[in-house]
Amino acid sequence: MSVMSGTDQLHVVTTDDITPGRARLGKALVWGAAALLALVALAQAAQSMGWLDFGFDTWRPTLYAYCLWATALCWAQVITRGEQGKRTLFVLPAALFVVSLTVFPLLFGLIIAFSSWNLSSLDGRQFNGVDNLVQMWGDPFYWNALGNMVIYVLAIIVEYAIAFGLALILAGQIRARKFWRVAFLLPLMLSPVAVSWMVGKSMLEPRFGPLARLARSLGIENPSFFESPWMAKLTIMVLDAWTFIPFMMIMLLAGLQAIPKELQEASRVDGATGWKSFWEITFPLMLPVSVTAILIRIIFKLKLADIVITVTSGGPGGATDTVTSFIFREYRERSNVGYGTMLAMVYLVLIVIAMTFLMKFANRLTRPRT
Amino acid sequence: MTDTPVQIFRDSEADRGFRMKWWASRTAIYGVLVLWAVICLFPIYWTATTSFKMAPNVMQGQMVPFPQAWTPEGDWAKALFYAPKWKGWESIGMSPQTLQQESTVRAEFLKRFMNSTIVALVSSTLAVVLGAMAAYGLSRFRYEWAWMKNDDILFFFLSQLILPPVVLALPFLVLYKELALLDTRIGLILLYTLSVLPIVIWIMKDQFETIPTELEEAALVDGLSIWGAFLTIIVPIALPGMVAAFILSLVLTWNEYFFAALLTSTHANTLPVMVASQTGSQGINWWSMAALSFAAILPLIVIGIVLERFIIKGMAAGAVK
Repeated sequence: MSVMSGTDQLHVVTTDDITPGRARLGKALVWGAAALLALVALAQAAQSMGWLDFGFDTWRPTLYAYCLWATALCWAQVITRGEQGKRTLFVLPAALFVVSLTVFPLLFGLIIAFSSWNLSSLDGRQFNGVDNLVQMWGDPFYWNALGNMVIYVLAIIVEYAIAFGLALILAGQIRARKFWRVAFLLPLMLSPVAVSWMVGKSMLEPRFGPLARLARSLGIENPSFFESPWMAKLTIMVLDAWTFIPFMMIMLLAGLQAIPKELQEASRVDGATGWKSFWEITFPLMLPVSVTAILIRIIFKLKLADIVITVTSGGPGGATDTVTSFIFREYRERSNVGYGTMLAMVYLVLIVIAMTFLMKFANRLTRPRT
Repeated sequence: MTDTPVQIFRDSEADRGFRMKWWASRTAIYGVLVLWAVICLFPIYWTATTSFKMAPNVMQGQMVPFPQAWTPEGDWAKALFYAPKWKGWESIGMSPQTLQQESTVRAEFLKRFMNSTIVALVSSTLAVVLGAMAAYGLSRFRYEWAWMKNDDILFFFLSQLILPPVVLALPFLVLYKELALLDTRIGLILLYTLSVLPIVIWIMKDQFETIPTELEEAALVDGLSIWGAFLTIIVPIALPGMVAAFILSLVLTWNEYFFAALLTSTHANTLPVMVASQTGSQGINWWSMAALSFAAILPLIVIGIVLERFIIKGMAAGAVK
């Protein structure tokens, strides 16, 4: 790791004089901690293999040794590199944190994905090659869940339209703006699990729920929101939209308020009104913000699970399943960690591919046309 | 001559048409606002009022709590009003009577509540501290770590957003089992910090870029170290942004369900897990579910109302460049 200076935003002139002894001390600190970590990990491995007994019941000592090593690494930056080290210290802790919490588990997950591992049985992990992939290929429920995700993501277009409309109204000349903003924001603050009960289980309850009553008074004989597959899907979409429309709305509102007033006035002077001014001025100017909002929304949508798990648990017949809720049930019912992880890994790969495409497309869309 | 006064000035036909249109658009706009406000607020109202209901109120669908003594006569009043009861709050030990007594359900609820509070507060704090430092470093200095430059490092942090929780969930389950971190608050805190860190970095980077570097340069000339300048000059200026990031993290971590459901069982359960575990079993006992749900969402409703501008600021930060 080396830090280049000179092109920094912030120019700092410092005279560091780092004696060779100090540099050695820093190196010794890092390597000493690393050696300790290796030693503890080795001892732990020996213990779990059953060769020796150090009284280490869990891998906790290794974790502590790792934390010690990470601290030593950060500290040594300052000792060996002085001012440059202090700068590294800004980013290093976060980077170490993220790397140790994602990269290691992901690598570990890859190992799990290619094995059969039932947590409730005593057999432990067994490597089974591509068996999980083969099983996944023939699993109609997984493909169904993936298909549902596509439909759920497409629903974002409607959410976007509603959010844009609301943002336009909020950005306009209205009274009690703060009240409306707070009221519209509130659904975002609520826990999806509580929402699933409040709306999904009680308000949509077919006998006593207020929405069912409303539907009956509008002449629908037996209102049921979760019986037919499409109706159930639609209900889940509405529930999810309800919590997340405020999110898009706020982002779009911020975008609208950043548009210089002169532009709209100029367009008005030029005779553009209503629709025309919206399509030719506001909408193109809002494109970058819209793309950001939609991309973030897609990312959140791809994680959709808690509402599905708590309201329908995937039913009827998997019609509302998302990938996450499907894997969650797969694990809960069969506690097969290996298969579930494989499904998740495939999902991750698909997401990365899809998001890369989308971001390329978004870049092209928002690039100013000449 | 007639007695009727002659109106000398009058709106022309065109102006009157304009005014009609203005009124129509006003009505439409406020109509939409009211409709959407009802859509947003009714579920909250419904939950709050249902927690004071009894079985007959639920079945007859009365909507408005109203003291018995003042309820007017007539069928319409019977269909609309009901006398509020504390039954729902009794079931989590929070009604006026049960507050005086020992109550196991209340202890249970408070335990979950404390778990949620501690996990949300600690992980948000951790995320803001780590994230603010990283964002500051990335906005001020140029790094080159192996093949990664500033933009790559930033992308590495932000790309964590894409990572769906389900990918990490099962490896973490196994890892935590080995590390004896299953069903502990620390385990949840680590994961939650990880999940909100990209958002914090995004907001904070935006914040720091708006602060001119001359400020620190002056401080450095005056003899402060770079960390001293960061802590005493920059952090106070960027505080509103940090609060925004903190609140947003708080909302996300307080509401998180998936990891909590997988990784906790008896000790470190958070409120969403408790709410979810009751939904199936309660049947028509809506009042107790409503009380529980309402207690779970109340802190965030308060935060939402009081600190609304910070939340909006936080979410707007990434949107507008």
